Amino acid sequence: MTRRPPVGLWVSGWVVAALAVLPAVYLVVRAAEADASTWGLLLRDRTWGLLWRTLGLAAAVTVLAAAVSLPLAWLTTRSDLPGRRVWTVLLCVPLAVPTFVSGYVLLAAFGTGGVLEEALTRWGLPVPPVYGFPGALLALTVSTYPYFFLALRAGLLSQDPAWLEGARSLGLSPARAFWKVTAPLLRPAFVSGALLVGLYVLSDFGAVALLQYDAFSRAIYVQYEGAYDRAYAALLGLALVAVTVVVLVFEVWLRGRAGYHRSSKGAARAVSPVVLGRWRVPALLLCGAVVLAGVVLPVGVLLYWGARGLAEEGGSLLEPALGSVLASVLGAVTSVVGALPLAFLAVRYPSRLTLVMERASYAGYALPPIVLALSLVFLGVQVVPFFYGTLVMLVLAYVVRFLPQAVGTVRASLLQLNPHLGEAAASLGQAPSSVFRRVTLPLLRPGLLAGAALVFLTAMKELPATLLLAPIGFETLATRVWSATAEGRFAEAALPALVLMAVSTLGVGLLVSQEEDAPRG
Amino acid sequence: MIRQLLLTLLLTLSTTATAAETLTVYSGRNEKLVGPLLKKFTEKTGIEVKVRYGETPQLAATLLEEGDKTPADVFFAQDAGALGALSNAGRLQALPKETLDKVDARFRSPTGLWVGTSGRARVVAYNTKKVKASDLPKSILEFTDAKWKGRLGWAPTNASFQAFVTALRLLKGEEAASKWLKGIQANGVRVYKNNAAIIEALGRGEIDAGFVNHYYLYAAKKSNAALPVDNYFVAAGDPGALVNVAGVAILQGAKKADAARKFAAFLLEPQAQEYFSQETYEYPLVAGVKTAASLPALSKVGSPDLDLSKLDDLRGTVKLLQDTGVL
Repeated sequence: MTRRPPVGLWVSGWVVAALAVLPAVYLVVRAAEADASTWGLLLRDRTWGLLWRTLGLAAAVTVLAAAVSLPLAWLTTRSDLPGRRVWTVLLCVPLAVPTFVSGYVLLAAFGTGGVLEEALTRWGLPVPPVYGFPGALLALTVSTYPYFFLALRAGLLSQDPAWLEGARSLGLSPARAFWKVTAPLLRPAFVSGALLVGLYVLSDFGAVALLQYDAFSRAIYVQYEGAYDRAYAALLGLALVAVTVVVLVFEVWLRGRAGYHRSSKGAARAVSPVVLGRWRVPALLLCGAVVLAGVVLPVGVLLYWGARGLAEEGGSLLEPALGSVLASVLGAVTSVVGALPLAFLAVRYPSRLTLVMERASYAGYALPPIVLALSLVFLGVQVVPFFYGTLVMLVLAYVVRFLPQAVGTVRASLLQLNPHLGEAAASLGQAPSSVFRRVTLPLLRPGLLAGAALVFLTAMKELPATLLLAPIGFETLATRVWSATAEGRFAEAALPALVLMAVSTLGVGLLVSQEEDAPRG
Repeated sequence: MIRQLLLTLLLTLSTTATAAETLTVYSGRNEKLVGPLLKKFTEKTGIEVKVRYGETPQLAATLLEEGDKTPADVFFAQDAGALGALSNAGRLQALPKETLDKVDARFRSPTGLWVGTSGRARVVAYNTKKVKASDLPKSILEFTDAKWKGRLGWAPTNASFQAFVTALRLLKGEEAASKWLKGIQANGVRVYKNNAAIIEALGRGEIDAGFVNHYYLYAAKKSNAALPVDNYFVAAGDPGALVNVAGVAILQGAKKADAARKFAAFLLEPQAQEYFSQETYEYPLVAGVKTAASLPALSKVGSPDLDLSKLDDLRGTVKLLQDTGVL
């Protein structure tokens, strides 16, 4: 069964995997400087408390995000929901909202003296608690569910309709057919979504800091920000890497060894949409509620900030907007290209080694971005000084940080692709590169586009690596928002934040319009 | 669109290799605050300035990672602690004596490795609708009183807060500092991300009083003049009246050391000092420059008698904060 992969694929896979573990290598270098008292700090009870709190939050956000995303993904791909494309784009936008903005949204709405808090109190209704676990859960779910949503959509779009039709023709009701056929086939997409959401929560700093939930990443920031204690911060970072490894091993176990592709060539046609009928209104309400929380509320809060001083924002936003798009597009394309060999090796040439290689791409993902940024500062200066301070370093940072978003979605689509298709083309005399270009790549398009969309959106709002690694003077919309909010000038932050959301919406709109035209055969 | 993108790309690549007289500054001070001032420096001297803006602690960590291969000539930092961390690591070079001497010895490095450029006072900001200034205690230590239960806010991850705790340790001893931290926690203090978030929460009435730096109030009032928040200065000599500095240092191995010295000197000229006092509402540190009208004089604030360079004992402070469960 296991064949030897082509040398080019093998080598490029190792190169990408090696890049991805760079931050972990840096952490080992720094942690080696730790003395006994620093180790003592790591091993005290508080670390375990932090770990449980962080894992609990990650698990809760993952479950909630999955529960929200599955109906949304199904509605926008399989039903006759009105305005499916528009909903799809709007439902992706929250990924581009910086988490500290989501945090502020919650505070401005439900915090003491907040807009909604006042209304609720007036009507004698209970005000939801914003601080601590509930607030962090809500803010992070709203800003991460699109990872699930996009992965599940890509999974649904590349699924062969014949499976479902077969089940229906055997007499299964639509609901039973969904749970018996569609849902199990979505397992790879589910797992990739869960990894992206869960591990992202481990790395998040913005929301947990604002909403006062004490998590691991916050402890790491404290060491850099307060004590300049790089050894202790590195130890905490390695602890986080260890947690990631445990999660990844668990995921492999969960994933199983099932095949997901069909055995014969399916018909190249779209699945006929399910008519919602009387479910149309509840479906629209669900979409509306999620968009309200993830898009309308942030835009509302930003407009409210902006109304207090829009005129104050000096300077053109064109340059930072171009900077954001340039860096994010380069990051997205490079990540997807880098993800291809890893996904191919893991799916087509499964072995312990290729599995390790694919898993390695997650090494830096759960780390707080400041750790990743500093590791690239260290390696950039020491190893590739000629790239240091150029856009190359920034794009590299985006790739190392966001690679799993591309690997997960590409892998999930690849699993549904029958390798015999490519072999058939090869037997007809096509060269391997031509098979890849003319057969495999077009069929992978939903996964590639979903991966690119994820990386693009997340890179648009990225901050610590952008501040430390971008060429000096290179501005993005996110750095503009940051420079205004850091000094409490919320009015000035509103406009760049709104432009950030608008540009991201345009970008995803462009990708989704591509996706709808993709072949589904 | 694509052409414009390529153009931007080329521009960014080309600016990394520009002319001779370009000074590279790492600024932990916000672009909105100091950007215009840096432009004035270029107008005056003809020296171009390339600036990497970021958070002071993160830039300090970056400089430590970059070591002697740093592209930076100058570090313009928001607090003395970060400058102290770099001088301890041997990353800074001495400033000229005439630059150092412009500033009171209290506000510069005793070894001449950095100099303060503006003063930042610790204050208690309070909601004017809920608290009268006359009800506020003379000393920061009295906020452990039970009558402040559920009414206070702080930002313990913030560098200025940690500098204040260091001062508290140095002035009153570990025991007293630990007691104060525990007392404030016992009062159910709310934890905020930074000073701006505290001012915002005060405005909403979420808390009645919070421990912040004095100038955040003025930035917030620019957005919303009706904000019901005011600053309260505790009695002179109290640890709660600590005046910390933003400061400048030249890095070891700076390629443009001459330009860097000019830059440091420029920040202490009357023009720059007036800029700090009028635009950022900080305290000028060079004699003869007027403080903003809305502020009490620096001499009245009465910062406790303390060598600011000792504020670099951050490890001890972070350890205390961790031992008392604050962090």
